[in-house]
Amino acid sequence: MFLFRFKRTLKLGVKSLWMHRLRSTLTMLGIIFGVSSVVAMLAIGEGASRDAQEKISQLGSRNIIIKTVPPPEDKSSVGQQQTLKEYGLTYADAERFRGAIPNVRVLVPNRLISEQALYRNNRVSIEVVGTVPWYTEISSLRTTYGRFITSIDTHYKQAVCVIDELVRKDLFSFDDPLGQMVKIGGDYYRVIGIVTAKKATTSASQVQGQQNSSKGGSGANTGKIYIPLTTARTRFGEMSVQIGTSGATLERVELQEIIVQSQTIDQVLSTRRSVMTILSRFHKKNDYEIVVPLELMQRAKDVQRIFTIVLGSIAAISLLVGGIGIMNIMMATVSERTREIGIRRALGARKRDIVMQFLSETLILTLCGGILGMAVGSLVPALVTYFGQMRTVITPGSLIMAFGISAAVGIAFGIYPAYRAANMDPIESLRHE
Amino acid sequence: MSDMNDNPKPSNGDAILVMDKLCKNYQLGTVELRVLREIDITINSGEYVAIMGPSGSGKSTLLNMIGCLDRPSGGSYHLGGQDVSQLEDDELSAIRGARIGFVFQSFNLIAQLNVIENIEIPMFYQSYGEAESAERAMELATMVGLADRMKHRPAELSGGQQQRVAIARALANDPLIILADEPTGNLDSGSGADILGILDRLHEEGKTLIVVTHDENIATHAQRVIRLFDGCIAEDTYNYHKG
Repeated sequence: MFLFRFKRTLKLGVKSLWMHRLRSTLTMLGIIFGVSSVVAMLAIGEGASRDAQEKISQLGSRNIIIKTVPPPEDKSSVGQQQTLKEYGLTYADAERFRGAIPNVRVLVPNRLISEQALYRNNRVSIEVVGTVPWYTEISSLRTTYGRFITSIDTHYKQAVCVIDELVRKDLFSFDDPLGQMVKIGGDYYRVIGIVTAKKATTSASQVQGQQNSSKGGSGANTGKIYIPLTTARTRFGEMSVQIGTSGATLERVELQEIIVQSQTIDQVLSTRRSVMTILSRFHKKNDYEIVVPLELMQRAKDVQRIFTIVLGSIAAISLLVGGIGIMNIMMATVSERTREIGIRRALGARKRDIVMQFLSETLILTLCGGILGMAVGSLVPALVTYFGQMRTVITPGSLIMAFGISAAVGIAFGIYPAYRAANMDPIESLRHE
Repeated sequence: MSDMNDNPKPSNGDAILVMDKLCKNYQLGTVELRVLREIDITINSGEYVAIMGPSGSGKSTLLNMIGCLDRPSGGSYHLGGQDVSQLEDDELSAIRGARIGFVFQSFNLIAQLNVIENIEIPMFYQSYGEAESAERAMELATMVGLADRMKHRPAELSGGQQQRVAIARALANDPLIILADEPTGNLDSGSGADILGILDRLHEEGKTLIVVTHDENIATHAQRVIRLFDGCIAEDTYNYHKG
């Protein structure tokens, strides 16, 4: 019986809406656009945030990256021609970290040198990374072919190198790189392995934009060649010539970066404090910066939240406008059908029957609009991904939310017109022309 | 079905409509307009009553009172033994749906529904089952001679046919009284005669009919004529040649 009543009310609603097809469609458009903008904006926001989080997690969430940066120019020494500048992280810093901070699980000192690599006639700009055998533990690198640097290589300062995918592609298009000699700077190095970046753990490869984003996500477009740190120290030295506006200056930098990994995520921030304490004692010049991926991640989350709020409010406003449109039309419908309301009241309809009748019409409009809006809203991110090369992720939660919102809009904006209809005087409405 | 239909049907001759000193006043600014003044009417089951009177005599107001569309300002009104003069809105709706069958001058069918669906409206609000109400609607449509028009919309029917649908609709819940307001007012004489024929037939079947009109021709069909003047009953006569 209840089911019949429900079915009949629904059928009646559809019939009345069908009588004014154009009007119903136009009314529905407001909701369609509102809901689709909610879905699309959430998808774009979610895609952007996952992208950022993936990039950050590639840096390692337990890592603290301490980088050498050129110190700000000393105001007092302007005019003086400095011939030798000495700054940056040192081996002593690395030793202090290792000795003084208890939570350090892995510590990796790195020497970074921009160079050119030559193999046969191929010459490419690369970055030489002088590093230690346990570098792979803290990075997202995986040895896919051959082997990585070992402690024996380090101990004997071997002239060996490990190249990444990018270098392999540029230098050895079709050759097997293993065992080949590559000339970097003035010396030859034997290739012992190839490393590739691990796929991000939160891989969502069904999303089209993944490929594009991860390509950009690996950051530097220059390839990297890894050699033992000891080899780098002896072969490249610590001096480099920088040609600036004030002529050539000699710079001495021991280490370009030190990566510290703490034992657990909870210890990251306290480890960072210890690092800062140690550094501030030994580095009077501000010649370092500390990057904490965990903090970046949290900042990214904050940004994402603001992003979501902004996009959400825009979408909410468009839904509100759509809802007002619906309310407007329902008011017109109610006054247009005053006589019908009178007839129904005379034939035994209670107020709540009339409320149900008009509310169900509004709900049909908004729910149909909601479903169509979800369809359009799912299409828009696909287009954004295709044309804008942006990653988008449609979560089931956002679809459920959009549907819920459209139902809520239907009820919120349908209740007043329905209430007006129900409270009309039956005698007056029967007399209404 | 609602509980009031479970009451035993009054047999022919029982008083089903009793108005005792019924008054209706309207407040127009500071002036109180007394539209109905102490109306006493008793109508028995199976009677065919015409209520007549010039414009402004209170006919329409009395019709609204009888039809439970409005509450009286004073006096009492018993319909089928129940005092309906002080009921709540929802209760009045239930009474209208179960005990009164309305037939209007302008038919008042719902344009987007077909004949069957229009007849089903009162049953819908009385919670009939789906199959039950469809079956009864078809029965009633056949009874008023519209068996071949069941799927037509009101716009596709003539005035006479529309009024027949309205009569079928009025009969849907098997009401205590059928209340018709100028049922032939919008019809040509031929269709009007048709409708009066149907009303006569209903009267013969024992239904209680109350027709509000100023058409003397209808009055000759009725058993009893109540004439209103200035909100009072001026005359209450029986046509002894009828029934």
